[in-house]
Amino acid sequence: MTLKTEPFVLNVGPQHPSTHGVFRMRATLDGEVVVDIEPIFGYLHRGIEKLAEERTYTGVIPLTDRLDYLSSMANNLGYCLAVEKLAGIPVPERAQYIRVIMAELQRIASHLIAVGAFLNDCGAFMTPIVYMIREREKILDLFDMVCGQRLTYNYMRPGGVSQEIPDEFLPALDKFLKQMPGWIDEYDQLLKENEILLARSKGVGTLSQELAISISASGPVLRGSGIKWDIRRADPYSIYERFEFDIPTGTVGDCYDRYRVRVEEMRQSLRILEQARQQIPGGEFRSKVPHLIRPPVGETYAHIEAPKGELGFYLVSDNSIAPYRCHVRAPSLLNVTALRDLMIGWKIADLILIFGSMDICMGEIDR
Amino acid sequence: MKFERYGIGIAKGLRVTFKHLFRRPVTVQYPEQKLHMSRRIRGNELIWDKDKCTGCATCAKTCPQGVIQVITSVDAVENKYVVEKFEVDTGYCISCGLCIEACPYEALYMGYAYERAKYRREDVIQTNEQLLPSADRLRSGYMYPEIAAQLPRQTLLLERITEEEE
Ligand code: SF4
Ligand code: SF4
Repeated sequence: MTLKTEPFVLNVGPQHPSTHGVFRMRATLDGEVVVDIEPIFGYLHRGIEKLAEERTYTGVIPLTDRLDYLSSMANNLGYCLAVEKLAGIPVPERAQYIRVIMAELQRIASHLIAVGAFLNDCGAFMTPIVYMIREREKILDLFDMVCGQRLTYNYMRPGGVSQEIPDEFLPALDKFLKQMPGWIDEYDQLLKENEILLARSKGVGTLSQELAISISASGPVLRGSGIKWDIRRADPYSIYERFEFDIPTGTVGDCYDRYRVRVEEMRQSLRILEQARQQIPGGEFRSKVPHLIRPPVGETYAHIEAPKGELGFYLVSDNSIAPYRCHVRAPSLLNVTALRDLMIGWKIADLILIFGSMDICMGEIDR
Repeated sequence: MKFERYGIGIAKGLRVTFKHLFRRPVTVQYPEQKLHMSRRIRGNELIWDKDKCTGCATCAKTCPQGVIQVITSVDAVENKYVVEKFEVDTGYCISCGLCIEACPYEALYMGYAYERAKYRREDVIQTNEQLLPSADRLRSGYMYPEIAAQLPRQTLLLERITEEEE
């Protein structure tokens, strides 16, 4: 006797703890095996690009905070670079260093959540992510100190940063730099060689180099596949050409490689922070910028290496006080297009794992 | 996959977890124990200095959310504006602080307090006298370093841990 079978459609999300936000996947299953998957998003659409068209150039900065809410400083930086490029605003030396320090701290904070959430999805329930949130909290304390908020910083401005860093910031940063390498080593001890983690993530969800390039993936997802591409090196912005750091890459592009790349990147960020801390000069924290910026007619694109990949801002100006068009190239959105290829053929439990290893942020996908 | 040293990785991880048993907790029991907030905290209220405000409405024009309303009349004798109504709908305020930065007369401040939930929607809209500073409506040091210097030092998780370990 033969049993009649048919594919089963399972909805994962939008409200599901492992979809890291309001992401929905319609998975078609054959038994436990995924045969088809359709990502559906738009549940967090707030019309940020459209809202930007009716706000002043400075008024858009709070909006960029809400793109990838785990790395607001990086979003601020990307946007401010685009406005500066468009309007030709110079940035003082000290402000450049402050920005780099903030952006690298933000990278560590974002990767901590990415790694913690990934380990959580692997089944290391709660313990690693709570340890990592503790370390992230220290970074958030530092951000809180300079700009008064823990998540929506609104700190950078075209031409510099909104205010001088307080006196107690640099000593606190020194303490952080002294402590943090030890914590990263401890995380490695915790799970790097854990046999269950290796079995679950090695060779799972392999993203080939060809596919990674053809979907224009960026950030740790691309580097996990072994491609040495980092905007900080490939097209240096701000003052990144002054720092010495390596670009960690993976070998095969599986979930484990992406996880390792993120951990190594935290170490490299610490190296950049050390150098920036040594070199930070005195001087102005913001150049003289008019209250309402009116860039000349034109368009520009500025991109940075945000924690999740290449974050770009495309701005069009019609010489008014608000952008005529503001488009955001969100790294998460392009990275997530690989999902279907990565997931087909894997079990339903791996689906969550592969998704966790991509490290997406819904605020940025839906905008 | 094959694992020669099955169990060693797990044992290493458990050692870290075990160590944590002897570490002091880093969390506090919130409503009973409170930490000092950042000196630049952007608490969820605005504080308005009536005497310094000239009614120029720069803050209202800067606000990306459009939640500040300034209504003025002209005092012909003294040749200046009189602020009749200064209203902030804090329900829409995103605490971005751009109004504080924009005010040319240093008449607007961010609040230091952060527990400001209200029961009624009408209470969220604050007008004139409700915006003035008072003993429980301290001004935050956001954009004002001289005010920040008078506020208590922020508690840092970073320091709590190092002090205990040393
Ligand atoms: S803090 Fe921001 S949103 Fe709130 S009133 Fe000021 S400018 Fe408007
Ligand atoms: S910008 Fe300052 S002075 Fe002008 S109306 Fe607002 S609070 Fe008053």
